[in-house]
Amino acid sequence: MDTAFFYFFALLVLGGGILTITRRNAIHAAVCLIVSLIGVAGLYLMQKAEFLFAVQIILYIGGIMVLFLFVIMLVNLDEQAKERQFNGQRWIALACVVVVGAQVYYFMQKGASAFQLGPAAPDTGAPVTGNTEMIADALFNQYLLPFEIASVLLLVAVVGSVVMAKKRI
Amino acid sequence: MQPVTTIHYLVLSTALLLIGTIGVLTRRNIVIILMSIELILNAVNINLIAFSQYHHNMSGQIFTIFVITDAVAEAAVGLGILIALFRNKETVEADQIDLLKW
Repeated sequence: MDTAFFYFFALLVLGGGILTITRRNAIHAAVCLIVSLIGVAGLYLMQKAEFLFAVQIILYIGGIMVLFLFVIMLVNLDEQAKERQFNGQRWIALACVVVVGAQVYYFMQKGASAFQLGPAAPDTGAPVTGNTEMIADALFNQYLLPFEIASVLLLVAVVGSVVMAKKRI
Repeated sequence: MQPVTTIHYLVLSTALLLIGTIGVLTRRNIVIILMSIELILNAVNINLIAFSQYHHNMSGQIFTIFVITDAVAEAAVGLGILIALFRNKETVEADQIDLLKW
């Protein structure tokens, strides 16, 4: 049953991704990207990361993709959709993909035995707390400084995007 | 059917990374290039979660939260730049913005 769900979500992720980069209309591409992100959220749920599942749905699909759709409506893409969609870098892209894919395949072959990536490590007893509690525990104890720096990053992003999008400062 | 292992997730995330790379390198529409960057970041997240689950270690999930935060910041600033660009040059095609090219 787990395997069937994995392949279903993998189909959503990869099919949505391929459709995202091939659609002519940007709104269709955004909807296909939403399908792909839902598949990723399902994979999080399969790996017992319930908090990240909720974050993925709320933040990515509810936040970022709505932002994308707003911008697609703001910039007029109608005449752009009639033009050529791909630039002349097809062979460069193919070469990059082959090189990176070969490297990853090689290291996966090599590392599969070294890191024993076969079956997952056995569960060390029942978890005492839920996923969200464990994340909060790690985030607010061990990773408190990066958490605060992330808030500064978001402040910079908010100010920066407002300044960029404003007509006259 | 054989059970799902970490290798399955790694192969899936590699495939998603390569799809995103193709999108960044070949598309002309800047909006879709930004969407391809989101695909790449999601591939990274799948990888982090897979190893987090494999090692029973929470750090991978914390890093995923930070990656999502970065993705939000990047999308906000990128789309802001895109709106400014469209207002000044009336185009959203990456190969028509060639002011620094010679």
